[in-house]
Amino acid sequence: MVRLPYVTALTTLFSYGLLFAFGQLRDFFRRILDAHKPSNLKARCPCPRPCSYLPGPIPALVHGPTPPRGAMLQILLARCSVSRPPFLTVDFVAGRTTKTSKCLNLGSYNYLGFAAADEYCTPRVIESLKKYSASTCSVRVDGGNTKLHTELEELAARFVGKPAAILFGMGYVTNSAIIPALIGKGGLIISDSLNHNSIVNGARGSGATVRVFQHNNPAHLEEVLREQIAGGQPRTHRPWKKIIVIVEGIYSMEGELCKLPEAYTYLDEAHSIGAIGKTGRGVCELLGVDPADVDIMMGTFTKSFGSCGGYIAASKEIIHHLKHTCPAHIYATSMSPPAVQQVISAIKVILGEDGTNRGAKKLAQIRENSNFFRSELQKMGFEVLGDNDSPVMPIMLYNPAKIPAFSRECLRQNVAVVTVAFPATPLLLARARICISASHSREDLIKGLEATYSVVMITIQVIELNFMPIWQVISKVGDLVGIKYFPVEQEKSTAVEKLKKIQ
Amino acid sequence: MDMALPVVNATAAVLARVSAAFNAPLARAVVFGVHIDGHLVVEGLLIAVIVFQLTRKSYKPPKKPLSEKEIDELCDEWEPEPLCPPIKEGARIDTPMLESAAGPHTIVDGKEVVNFASANYLGLIGNEKIIDSCVGSLEKYGVGSCGPRGFYGTIDVHLDCEAKIANFLGTPDSILYSYGISTIFSVIPAFCKKGDIIVADEGVHWAVQNGLHLSRSTVVYFKHNDMASLASTLEKLTRGNKRAEKIRRYIVVESIYQNSGQIAPLDEIVKLKEKYRFRVILEESHSFGVLGKSGRGLAEHYGVPIEKIDIITAGMGNALATDGGFCTGSVRVVDHQRLSSSGYVFSASLPPYLASAAVSAVNYLEENPSVLASLRSNIALLHQELSDTPGLEISSHVLSPIVFLKLKKSTGSPATDLDLLETIAERVLKEDSVFIVTSKKSNLDRCKLPIGIRLFVSAGHTESDISTLSSSLKRVSASVLSDYF
Repeated sequence: MVRLPYVTALTTLFSYGLLFAFGQLRDFFRRILDAHKPSNLKARCPCPRPCSYLPGPIPALVHGPTPPRGAMLQILLARCSVSRPPFLTVDFVAGRTTKTSKCLNLGSYNYLGFAAADEYCTPRVIESLKKYSASTCSVRVDGGNTKLHTELEELAARFVGKPAAILFGMGYVTNSAIIPALIGKGGLIISDSLNHNSIVNGARGSGATVRVFQHNNPAHLEEVLREQIAGGQPRTHRPWKKIIVIVEGIYSMEGELCKLPEAYTYLDEAHSIGAIGKTGRGVCELLGVDPADVDIMMGTFTKSFGSCGGYIAASKEIIHHLKHTCPAHIYATSMSPPAVQQVISAIKVILGEDGTNRGAKKLAQIRENSNFFRSELQKMGFEVLGDNDSPVMPIMLYNPAKIPAFSRECLRQNVAVVTVAFPATPLLLARARICISASHSREDLIKGLEATYSVVMITIQVIELNFMPIWQVISKVGDLVGIKYFPVEQEKSTAVEKLKKIQ
Repeated sequence: MDMALPVVNATAAVLARVSAAFNAPLARAVVFGVHIDGHLVVEGLLIAVIVFQLTRKSYKPPKKPLSEKEIDELCDEWEPEPLCPPIKEGARIDTPMLESAAGPHTIVDGKEVVNFASANYLGLIGNEKIIDSCVGSLEKYGVGSCGPRGFYGTIDVHLDCEAKIANFLGTPDSILYSYGISTIFSVIPAFCKKGDIIVADEGVHWAVQNGLHLSRSTVVYFKHNDMASLASTLEKLTRGNKRAEKIRRYIVVESIYQNSGQIAPLDEIVKLKEKYRFRVILEESHSFGVLGKSGRGLAEHYGVPIEKIDIITAGMGNALATDGGFCTGSVRVVDHQRLSSSGYVFSASLPPYLASAAVSAVNYLEENPSVLASLRSNIALLHQELSDTPGLEISSHVLSPIVFLKLKKSTGSPATDLDLLETIAERVLKEDSVFIVTSKKSNLDRCKLPIGIRLFVSAGHTESDISTLSSSLKRVSASVLSDYF
């Protein structure tokens, strides 16, 4: 759980209040200055604008992963434009320049390292591209069903441990189109308070009543369940037609693992499939739960498999029903065949069916990397959320001014991190989110420490990425920005002593 | 005079008494040596009454919460419905499986067939240049982009694609989405909020309906492609309604309707929009790259300047033979979506090879505008050949690349209609190796337009393909529908 010091909470609230005041002031001046512009439609009822005081994301351009590992990427640092009215965006990258820099990528969801061109996957993908072309231009039920799609559905079902599966071209659409097909008016959805936006949209689109239970708290879930079953539908008190409980495997903003309850369960494994568990089969394998106990398992291929799309795995009857009613299956263009082939090859690598043990090595590597990194960060005094074994580790920042400062400082030292604030997280709990990949090699990091520990303490001139000690950078930036909320007693130790401790 | 005197006396007496009462010294009492004024007694009594009332328990009907045992019993008794209904007997499950690219000729279930089921309008599936650019992208970037646009998922090909599309259409900017149908159902909720009014065509497809539902605005439907109905709806909503002046109003139409093949008359819609001051959201999935002299869509076809349409969205899974979608409009429209559109912010970005395929496709269209002429001649030929099909009639527009055939006389039940049409499609595939499809509906779709057979015409079809199709269709429908007309 997050422990927020009072002083920090107060200063954060004050900062947000200041931002809001500035945003309102800016809007006020804009209204005055724009009053003379002739636009009868817009002046009367302007298009809705996002909150002008909220800092937007800090997009940067990616020039592509440098082969062979994809753990590093080149970022085109463009001119920062001044904050454009009417948004008080903190920073916005517009246009492109030729100034590129190679950075260590700690922000992309590339858990198993399939994001770049892979020696097993890419030749097969190119072959399928030449055979089936980039798109089928047709919906799945019409002319969009190829041999690859059927093969992937069987493979995904086998991988997850369910009898059957159905494929979709986009992970977001999987959730928002499946939930209305399973439950409608008169049903109840109990979802975790921190579920992803796609689940929220799907639940709203279904027309069922939605109740929320406290994040990852099975006792509260049980209490809500009992109360709702006994109470029945609101106002009429008729018994509920169906109740579905929706949880996620790993929460993308928290990095925690869920504890699975009973009732019709819908498990969203967008982040955990392929990355968690001894053979990568997700949260069920890690926690020792039989997949047959979970009614519906959903996952995406964007994260661990380096492709796009999503799937639902469940019993044969449910999949059959979905194939006949789910709008995303009947109305949406089928998944692009090369992307399907990428997933098939990636799953084969993970299962070891390609004839090598690269899959097992990748899984072991990511687990080792995440645990090592998390423990090092905690030793340095950062507040890191998330359970062990989870490759997602958020570092708490809280204050809105620190969010872009942290990100920019890290970028200046060639480490790319992602920072998130409201509305993706609660207002006071802004954080930087680190995603570890199996491609990050520990040897690099330790070699880097040995070579440049003294240099780093004095200057920040790092040229060759291979010698970059990541946590030295993060530690330094953390000091600069002041986010070490739990300082360790030996804070004054130099890099040499730290190195000795690690070894 | 005699009567006046007693009246005067009585009045004087009353007046004297009242003034006496007023001028009387205030009543005083002395209690325990303390002087107490009269009004204090009154106040003291009032306070006593109030305190007395407050201390009495108010009457509420007794609330008897359920005991634990009762809750347990209810939970045990509760029987949920099954998560899905049981499999119906005889339900058609198998979809045909393609074993090669979905071009004009393809291999289905091992057999080579003529393909009228893919919306490959410009014949770009299998195009060498596009495949080469995809291969280049795949080798450089891999398949997926591994992150949303805000978190290092923006790759230079995305920006190239957005600039290219905006340039092609003549708008300032555009924004890319990673999936065709998610475009419209993310754009509508980003702009239309609770309390707004949306006037939409009743024949819009499911993705648009989902967007309208998610936006929580008031939605009013008008008759499919009927401008008189639209005008009267707009009139009814705005006449005499002072409040309507201050809320946002939108018209949502599709350029070529997927459910019927009709084309929306954009010039009339723009006239109505300007008269009643509404904004137009135009869904151009099937007309982008098809209509207009150079394929720039419905606006070019009707000669309407593109600035007059506020928001244009399109899926790229049709003419451009790639996947994903885009939305374009003024600078404000596009920038707003970068922060508020849920399908853009909360979802991974388009795989880079699909974005480079889109760029190559638009380049191809700019360099070879003759492909549009072949598409148009194919559509005209098909219309001509199918005009005398027994039992089926063409209900789509003459320029629409989706040729929609519906039953001349419906059997009365949609299930039987669907059955007949599916039988026709199956027999055409089995006997003459032509792959056609019927329009399928999900039970969540609220569009009530009739179903039919949908033929997707491509510029890559030859005349012999079209004549094979028409002769086969005529023969099979004559035999299947002979009992019904």
